[in-house]
Amino acid sequence: MASLARRRTTDYVVKAISTGFAALSLVLLAWILWTLLSRGLPALGPHVFTKITAPPGAGGGLLNAIVGSLIQIGVALIVGTPIGLMCGTFLAENGRGTQVANVVRFVNDVLLSAPSILIGLFVYQLLVVPFGGFSGWAGSAALAILVIPVVVRTTEDMLNLVPIGLREAAFALGAPQWKVVTFITWRAARAGIVTGILLALARAAGETAPLLFTSLGNNGWSLNMSAPMASLPIAIYQYAASPFEDWVALAWAGALIITVGVLTLNVLSRLVLAKMK
Amino acid sequence: MAASISGTEADTALLAAHKPTGRISDPIFVGLLWASGIFVLVLLGLIIAMLFEGGLPALREFGISFLWSTTWNPVTERFGAGVMVFGTVASAVIAVIVALPLSFGIAFFLTEIAPGPFRRPIGVAIQLLAAVPSIIYGMWGFFIVVPLIAAYVQPPLIEWLGPIPLLGALFQGPPLGAGMLTAGLILALMILPFITAMFVEVLESVPPMLKESAYGVGATSYEVYRNVSVPYGRTAMVGAVMLGLGRALGETMAVTFVIGNATRMSASLFAPGATIASTIANEFPEASIGSLKLQSLLQLGFILFVISFIVLALSRLLVRSKLKG
Repeated sequence: MASLARRRTTDYVVKAISTGFAALSLVLLAWILWTLLSRGLPALGPHVFTKITAPPGAGGGLLNAIVGSLIQIGVALIVGTPIGLMCGTFLAENGRGTQVANVVRFVNDVLLSAPSILIGLFVYQLLVVPFGGFSGWAGSAALAILVIPVVVRTTEDMLNLVPIGLREAAFALGAPQWKVVTFITWRAARAGIVTGILLALARAAGETAPLLFTSLGNNGWSLNMSAPMASLPIAIYQYAASPFEDWVALAWAGALIITVGVLTLNVLSRLVLAKMK
Repeated sequence: MAASISGTEADTALLAAHKPTGRISDPIFVGLLWASGIFVLVLLGLIIAMLFEGGLPALREFGISFLWSTTWNPVTERFGAGVMVFGTVASAVIAVIVALPLSFGIAFFLTEIAPGPFRRPIGVAIQLLAAVPSIIYGMWGFFIVVPLIAAYVQPPLIEWLGPIPLLGALFQGPPLGAGMLTAGLILALMILPFITAMFVEVLESVPPMLKESAYGVGATSYEVYRNVSVPYGRTAMVGAVMLGLGRALGETMAVTFVIGNATRMSASLFAPGATIASTIANEFPEASIGSLKLQSLLQLGFILFVISFIVLALSRLLVRSKLKG
């Protein structure tokens, strides 16, 4: 065995390195945020929110992209949340302990981490090819498939935190299961479930890859869900890779908007979750 | 209460009158719960089936050698997945090699070194790295990291390590900045929070008694971490690393920005390359419906799905097996 002094030194060195690694990751996060602020803020102005995308030099904004994103995310949440909520409830209540539930939980975990670009390809095959074109609906469907696993996971986790006694008390009063679930368990886990939905929203808001082959993007003003639809991530992708300075600036502005939104949602949900546990 | 005294018949009637709720609604509700559970299963099945079916013509055209053929030529319409499969695996492996020591260190910091009140805020801040959208990493990588690597990292490495036989092959080519190494580094930063979070979760599940016994015989924190905590959570930690690997394999936007998108095979870390995901994102706009190229891209997607599925499934089995027991 090495001498005490040597073991102590090793301990200090490893501690120093570990602290350094933690500091490094914080510095990198700060660097990313600083880059977004320093490049995004100067490009941010009323025009970003009031004008739609325009050719380079024409002073366009991102209004259509922002609205398109909001619509597609909204539809995705409206479709995905109930399915995710029901599935999560199934795992925590009816399915608990059964083989079916184990398989569903496993598949859901795989879907949670599955490459999002493949969800895009899947929806392309499922909705874009048969219906003859890119559409806002297809974009929403792809985002809904990303929303579902997040909601399933948090719903199950949160329902598992609800004491069994609460359910038993309700059943003992003669309440049917749908009442026990909706009025007792869901209500008890409300904050956590909403948090899951917010996390799903944050995830859907930043996803670019699945929209490439589904809603495609649109340089004009389009509220038609059956036509290609603009979205913020796609606009950023197109503009960031362009050679025009004003487009790149707009891309940074868009990147700042998305990141601030997504990180705010994440911090909020983490605060709620920390309170629950 | 008079009814209950008067006989069973009235009793039943009373009960029936009071218990209509749930007789019809409950089966419907439970049915809905089961249906949404099954829906998730069907969804995965459909995804696999549609990707496979869409890519089948490419597999028929090029045979099984599509999997390793390194030709990707849209002009002659000869396609193979070799370069992209290599790029996908290589960039993900680089990411894990870089992220792993960092995660070990940060997990040690968060569980043993950081003073109590700082643990949560620092942990949350590191978790925020996972929340930053992929495209943001792409832009940051493309505009900030790539020029830095091209100017300050690659030239000295090419000069110093390039002439060494064998090892030097990894450091060849012009200092473009974009390439396999840059993609791996960005990916490492992206999977770091996932691996770290699971490491911390595993380390916190180590029974305090085990650690205290080691401290009791005079072990230092590092020795306890290395010889008690990490061996205790080994299985789940391997699972955590697999999860990181699985995430890195399918990452699209960030990689597309920084890998250089060249469908050529190269041993050099600095050479531009391509992953399955970046190739799909890049070439899809030029592929028309029903074209051999589109079918090849779908086949690529299927291959990626199979690889990620295996890695993610393994990860989950390893993580569950430990955390449950």
